Amino acid sequence: MTEVQTSPAAAPAAAGPSPRTGTQRAARVKEAATGWLFALPFTVLLVAFLLLPMAYAFKISLYRSTLIEGEVFAWFDNYKQAIDDPLVREGVVRVLIFGLLQTPVMIGIALIAALLIDAATSRFSRFFRLAAFVPYAVPVVIGTLMWGFLYSDSIGPFAWTGIDFTSSDTVLASLGNIVTWQWAGYNMIVLYAALQGLPRDVYESARIDGASEVQIALRIKTPMISSALVLATLFTIMGTLQFFTEPLILQPLNPGAITQHYTPNVYAYNQAFSFQQYNYSAAISFLLGAVVFIGSYIFLFATRKRSALR
Amino acid sequence: MNLRKGSAAAHVVMGLLAIYFLLPFWWLLVAATKDNTGLFQSASLWFSDFHLIDNLRILFEQDGGVYLTWLRNSAFYAVVSGAGATAISALAGYAFAKLRFPGRNALFALLLGLIMVPATALVLPTYLLMSQANLVDTIWAVILPSLLNPFGVYLLRVYVHDSIPDEMLEAARIDGAGEFRVFTSVALPAMKPALVTVLLFSMVASWNNFFLPLVMLSDDQLYPLTVGLRAWYMSAIMGNGGAATFSVIVTGALVAIVPLIVAFLMLQRYWRGGLTIGSVK
Repeated sequence: MTEVQTSPAAAPAAAGPSPRTGTQRAARVKEAATGWLFALPFTVLLVAFLLLPMAYAFKISLYRSTLIEGEVFAWFDNYKQAIDDPLVREGVVRVLIFGLLQTPVMIGIALIAALLIDAATSRFSRFFRLAAFVPYAVPVVIGTLMWGFLYSDSIGPFAWTGIDFTSSDTVLASLGNIVTWQWAGYNMIVLYAALQGLPRDVYESARIDGASEVQIALRIKTPMISSALVLATLFTIMGTLQFFTEPLILQPLNPGAITQHYTPNVYAYNQAFSFQQYNYSAAISFLLGAVVFIGSYIFLFATRKRSALR
Repeated sequence: MNLRKGSAAAHVVMGLLAIYFLLPFWWLLVAATKDNTGLFQSASLWFSDFHLIDNLRILFEQDGGVYLTWLRNSAFYAVVSGAGATAISALAGYAFAKLRFPGRNALFALLLGLIMVPATALVLPTYLLMSQANLVDTIWAVILPSLLNPFGVYLLRVYVHDSIPDEMLEAARIDGAGEFRVFTSVALPAMKPALVTVLLFSMVASWNNFFLPLVMLSDDQLYPLTVGLRAWYMSAIMGNGGAATFSVIVTGALVAIVPLIVAFLMLQRYWRGGLTIGSVK
């Protein structure tokens, strides 16, 4: 990421002594003032809605609310409780399993679709590009509602299969399907854009050497867009760790299978808004946020040779 | 020969995937033309008696016409948050790219560092802070946090840095234009494609937002569509009396997604640009 940071605008005004230093200094002060003025609204928002909430969440996560003494400073007790809480663990294990299974499936579909529309230039492939992307334009809530109806054994088109899509055995896969449906097309476009940026003459030489289209796709194109693949995987994993809306919406279909602690975020939400356990909820949220945040940076750092973000 | 066979296979795969991606839309479109009995009793992927007009009428009359209020709220939140976030990001992105001010690099490094903070972790503390400021259950609780768009700032900074030469700004300054004038009449027009991209993405993010308004709002007159439809769905499943029927919810879902799909189809150039800059850059 340093590439973007260390490119300050050229500084011609600072070069050498000149008789007009006074006016130049005045111009520089004016530029600095304008710069701050322009960046101010954003800076205020960054402080008010990012830094302050983060600091506040951390602060209240260190307190406990007791009946007798009110708010009591409790050091890291809430964190200890969260780490020991079997319900938190269950949710964490679930989102990890979900991420490990769902991410490769979705990125795989996105990659296949991207390679296909990159290789086939027909009217149908242009139509397909749009068809795959449209689910991304649907709000997650409404996409989940739609699939909730489709999974229904009374009004859905799959009732004849006899499969109960919301039983405790199948519901994780059903949720995974919703996420795949919604995000595969988005990732396809990202990967397709990367494919479009590759130099085409490489394929020509491979073809002359007798490589088939499938070989070109798998051995040349795929490795060359590894940076885009890495980023798409990262964003998917970050998303799955925060899994919230889909399970919350489908909860009434089978509250026994989609529990109040189904994912860490659902648990934190219920702790705060059903049980008013704000301190404990803040600790879970902060812990989860920290894991996602640190995890993303470790992932980016470990794969920085392959990723465009250096 | 081999190539043609390969192309046929490619089109079969694309065809199957297209069915997968479009099937829910087809189902929704068909289901929205049925009344509640038809929804349960007819084949789910084909039309039966046509009740779309009735469904729309019931949808907009249900619970005193609250759906129209939700639709208006969603549009209002999307336009105000989108336009506000874009304006604020444009000012900041331009300042980061073209103006030298003390603390600039530190602030930008902070932005890059915080771009990965997961939004869901911030909802609860933001709610608690908002409730201390007596802003919970007002439109500001939804709009103000949505004005912050670090990724938009990053995107515009990259765009301005790469596409607006310093000489262009310098020329305007020599002509006697003030800094704000340089920004509005030289930089802004040149930033237009990137601005549309940021506007589109922040409007969509706001239109689709669920967690934040769910937590912040309890007055159903302030709900956006996402929270409102979920409330209807909950009471329909629980079978509470007087609840909206499934056919009304289905029709409501259809009406809610049409504006977005139209916007995406019309503005293809811009969202593709926005997705590209994040990955290839």
